[in-house]
Amino acid sequence: MTFWTTPIGWTLLTVGQILLVTVVLLLTVAFLIYGDRKIFAGVQMRKGPNVVGPFGLLQSFADLGKFLIKELVVPAGADKFVFLLAPLISVTLALGSWAAMPLAPGWVISNINVGILYLFAVSSMGVYGIIMGGWASNSKYPFLGALRSAAQMVSYEVSIGFVIITVVLLSGSLNLTTITEKQAGGFWNWNIFGGAGLHNLPLAIVMIPMGVIFFISGLAETNRPPFDLPEAESELVAGYAIEYGSTPYMLFYLAETANIILMSGLMAILFLGGWQAPFPTAGLTAHWPLTLISLFGLFWLVLKTFFVFFMNAMVRAVVPRYRYDQLMRLGWKVFLPTSLVAVALVAGWRVYAPVIG
Amino acid sequence: MALQAIAFYLMAAVTLASALAVVSAKNPVHSVLFLIAAFFSAAGLFVLLGAEFLAMLLVVVYVGAVAVLFLFVVMMLDVDFAQLRQGFVQYMPLGGLIAGGLAIEMIIVSTTVATKGAARLNDTPMAMGKDPTAGMSNIEAIGRVLYTHYVYFFQAAGMVLLVAMIGAIVLTLRHKPGVKRQIIMDQVLRTPKTGMRMVSPKPGEGIDA
Repeated sequence: MTFWTTPIGWTLLTVGQILLVTVVLLLTVAFLIYGDRKIFAGVQMRKGPNVVGPFGLLQSFADLGKFLIKELVVPAGADKFVFLLAPLISVTLALGSWAAMPLAPGWVISNINVGILYLFAVSSMGVYGIIMGGWASNSKYPFLGALRSAAQMVSYEVSIGFVIITVVLLSGSLNLTTITEKQAGGFWNWNIFGGAGLHNLPLAIVMIPMGVIFFISGLAETNRPPFDLPEAESELVAGYAIEYGSTPYMLFYLAETANIILMSGLMAILFLGGWQAPFPTAGLTAHWPLTLISLFGLFWLVLKTFFVFFMNAMVRAVVPRYRYDQLMRLGWKVFLPTSLVAVALVAGWRVYAPVIG
Repeated sequence: MALQAIAFYLMAAVTLASALAVVSAKNPVHSVLFLIAAFFSAAGLFVLLGAEFLAMLLVVVYVGAVAVLFLFVVMMLDVDFAQLRQGFVQYMPLGGLIAGGLAIEMIIVSTTVATKGAARLNDTPMAMGKDPTAGMSNIEAIGRVLYTHYVYFFQAAGMVLLVAMIGAIVLTLRHKPGVKRQIIMDQVLRTPKTGMRMVSPKPGEGIDA
């Protein structure tokens, strides 16, 4: 094992891990786009994609081929450099945020102390891809879409920040692995139920609404319906993405889906226990090899992430689009005060409630 | 260490180059984008120093929020480039003076740090004999001093920001008379009883509203 601790070995190992996570993530994105369309179709009693491959499973790959061989069109008045940089920034940030995600016990590319702040920072930078794309297109609808998107994402980041603070107060750490480890030992220890079994159960009154607020703010942050105002096709045609086609458009789409999965995964980690099973596993996994324990953890994280994603897709299919002033009202007048009060309540509980055993 | 040195020079060079580009770029939007690049590589320098908490805060606050609003405003401005160039010579001496002053301060600070070492936590009055931050992450260390010894300054800074925010709201708030606003509560409380009126008009007659 000495080779893997030398600088060269370490670099090779890290690059290998990054490649592995990226490839698996891209495959997940491909199949989740298919799943999203199937769910959407199912709600509307359609069949959805069913032609390419068995049950249409290869639809996303057919779309990929189509995007790649289309001609790349840059509008005449566009700022060419920024126009092409925008989708690249979007996709880089969307994939880069996975570096700090604890995928299973011991499986994380970079176990940094400020993991959750890193994710928050990277997701708050995601707005630049959209705002640069909208501006560089040099056209009215994309610009309006970009402005909407900037205002929307900045607004909802505030409430996401406060919700994250409540979770951090419960866990006492900004490290995502530590946050997950603190929720071990059954679903009653998950942060959505107050984080420490019966003792903190009264906090569930605060934390369940926090989970809901996080979920809804996540929808707004990723520009998903019912908050897809930046690309509202009834008002802005396709918003910031109008002038894009071919590969740059695909990159935007890829970044959006990767961000949705990230938000689902973050919801799973912060509130639903991450890779912890919903029942005590100490006796069950005592004699298992490490790899099996990790795979077992990965299974639960993937299950929870897909569950949140499924809810995400159902919301998209069921809920009508918000009007812009309603969106702003919800963010600033409902979520912000609620989460601010929740921060005070959780902090008060942590100070005055008897210490957790 | 060689890797760190390479990373440092790379990020320092990117910071300086983008800072230069901020003032020299022709398009103001490009200027803001370069400013963001400068912030970002400065955050990278913080990470190299081991101050990962400050680095993340720099990205969250400046890149994620302040610069977005900056970009927001600059994109909507209709800037006359010729006029901008005109002012350049006029403001050159003042700008040069400020930049020179900042440079001298920075040089004094860095020479002091290089010769005497940076101020450590145990130089502060809250130090209890030995280095109290030993074995702590820097988030914890910052929290320890910020909420104990410096709590009044911290609160005062918060008050200043609050007053500034309220001032901005007071300056820009206008109450237009006669604006129809949506009252969500009224809409939610609407029932068939309050929202509907049954009338039976006779043929050939309208209903008076």
